[in-house]
Amino acid sequence: MLHTTPHPDLHESPLVQIRGLASGYHGTRVIEDVSLDIMRNDFAALLGPSGSGKTTVLRAIVGAADVYAGDVLFNGESVRKSRPRIGYVPQLEAIDWNFPVTVEQVVLMGATRNAPLFPWFRRKDRLRAGLVLERLGLDGLANRQIRELSGGQQQRVFLGRALVSEPEILLLDEPTAGVDIKTRDNVLHLLDELNHQGIAILMSTHEINAVAAHLPRVICMNGRILADGTPRDVLTPEVLKATYGAEMPVTEYRGMTLVAETPHRFGAAAPNGGNSGNVHVGNGHGHGENGHVHEDIVAEVPADD
Amino acid sequence: MTEPFEFEFFVRGLIAATMVGGLAGMMGVYIVLRRMSYIGHGLSHAIFGGAVVSFIMSINFYVGASIWGFLSAVLIQWTSRRRSISSDAAIGIITTASFALGIALISRTQTFTRSFEAALFGNILGVTGPDLLAIALVTGAVLIAVIIGYKYLLFATFDTEVAASYGVPVRWVDTAFALVLAGTVVVSMQVLGVTMIAAALVVPPIVARQFTGSFTRMMVLSPLIGASAGAIGIYLSWFIDVSSGASVVLVASGFFLVSIVYASARDRLLAARGRAGTV
Repeated sequence: MLHTTPHPDLHESPLVQIRGLASGYHGTRVIEDVSLDIMRNDFAALLGPSGSGKTTVLRAIVGAADVYAGDVLFNGESVRKSRPRIGYVPQLEAIDWNFPVTVEQVVLMGATRNAPLFPWFRRKDRLRAGLVLERLGLDGLANRQIRELSGGQQQRVFLGRALVSEPEILLLDEPTAGVDIKTRDNVLHLLDELNHQGIAILMSTHEINAVAAHLPRVICMNGRILADGTPRDVLTPEVLKATYGAEMPVTEYRGMTLVAETPHRFGAAAPNGGNSGNVHVGNGHGHGENGHVHEDIVAEVPADD
Repeated sequence: MTEPFEFEFFVRGLIAATMVGGLAGMMGVYIVLRRMSYIGHGLSHAIFGGAVVSFIMSINFYVGASIWGFLSAVLIQWTSRRRSISSDAAIGIITTASFALGIALISRTQTFTRSFEAALFGNILGVTGPDLLAIALVTGAVLIAVIIGYKYLLFATFDTEVAASYGVPVRWVDTAFALVLAGTVVVSMQVLGVTMIAAALVVPPIVARQFTGSFTRMMVLSPLIGASAGAIGIYLSWFIDVSSGASVVLVASGFFLVSIVYASARDRLLAARGRAGTV
């Protein structure tokens, strides 16, 4: 377990402010009325089922999703007008692994905006890329084609690209997808280290228990924000049902919140007469001093993906 | 063996084919890696329509065809950004419509049908001094654009979706790419012909890819392969009496066969070493 509560915030103003955001693609709204503050010391995870808008929130912050209402502010300025220093790590499944680029070339891409008028990467950029590769344990792999790496190494390459850009915040889209438990643990510890060095981190993930064990802040969403706070405050059966539309028992083990799955009995009717219906969560006062569960959670529980 | 070099038109054609081969090989790297292999085929057909319109309106071929090609490429990009139209469908619709317009105009004005055969199939005998100058200018301009825009082009090609968030002006890069691609196709038409340009754009980078996993080395190898195919193709076309475009493409295809045999043998050798535990 890394830390269960956020470390102290040295700055008062949020780094990222999302205000009443409706966003999506090609006219289709994926998220609606999303408001969220990301502080400079935050290490937070977006949890939610596939299609719940986690990626859209990240993409809206980097200006890669259409905005239909509201705005995203970075250091108080709209991301549509500024070019904030954001290190974005996309889902690895979107990468063309046959593309003839080496590890070093990918990492150097992060330095593109460091000297926009200079055609090539400068010596300074190469030195920085070398340091980042060393820090990520990839220094011996600089000239390897990206396909030749393991899943964990590939994840670190794209993290390296984000770090070379000297970001104030890292946005990671499912950074632990498709890797083994040890690699996942390594990635999360690395992110925790970076967070303690002053980089805010917001990641999307499906790994509820890993989030509960490692991250101080969890945001549950399904088209909109349903709950936001510490794992202990947010990961409750009510919130999880509102988020995923499934019964998910929550227990505690050595101070850690653990989310279990309800075994499915094939052929038997699902609890509550199926997996659709209305779920009310909370009483509008939240579950703890740090957490906030939205008082109007009257969520249409979606069908399984 | 040196007989063709006694003729000035052959030397001009040889220089033109070598430059066009290298130019197409260089642009082809980006086209193949962007998975837009069909665009060379489509754009050359679209530009054919532009060439006919330029002829009818008495506009300089290079100016008219380049503008037409650039607008077609931008229109393809704009159309393919719509979720409901894929890029290959956008290329198919826009370029065949443009080609059909050229054919329709030709069929109404029978008098210049023959001069467009060269544009369709390539005619090395028709390469003039101004043609050579145009090819040299476009090759130089593309080379400068590729060098200056190296890091932007690489990022935008590798990871278009994310590049913008790292400060790459993706739309400007795409527009500039459309412009230089249109220029490449226009100056290649005289030598290779509309029907052969696609192969000249696609085959050299694919051959280069069989030999290297590095983008930088691919950017060096592919133009060299294209230029070699151009030079050897034109030289052979003198002796076997076939159209210059077909000859260049057949040589490039020969390179492709050799590269595939080489890559297969290398992969088998590596697999055998792996089984023997000697890697």
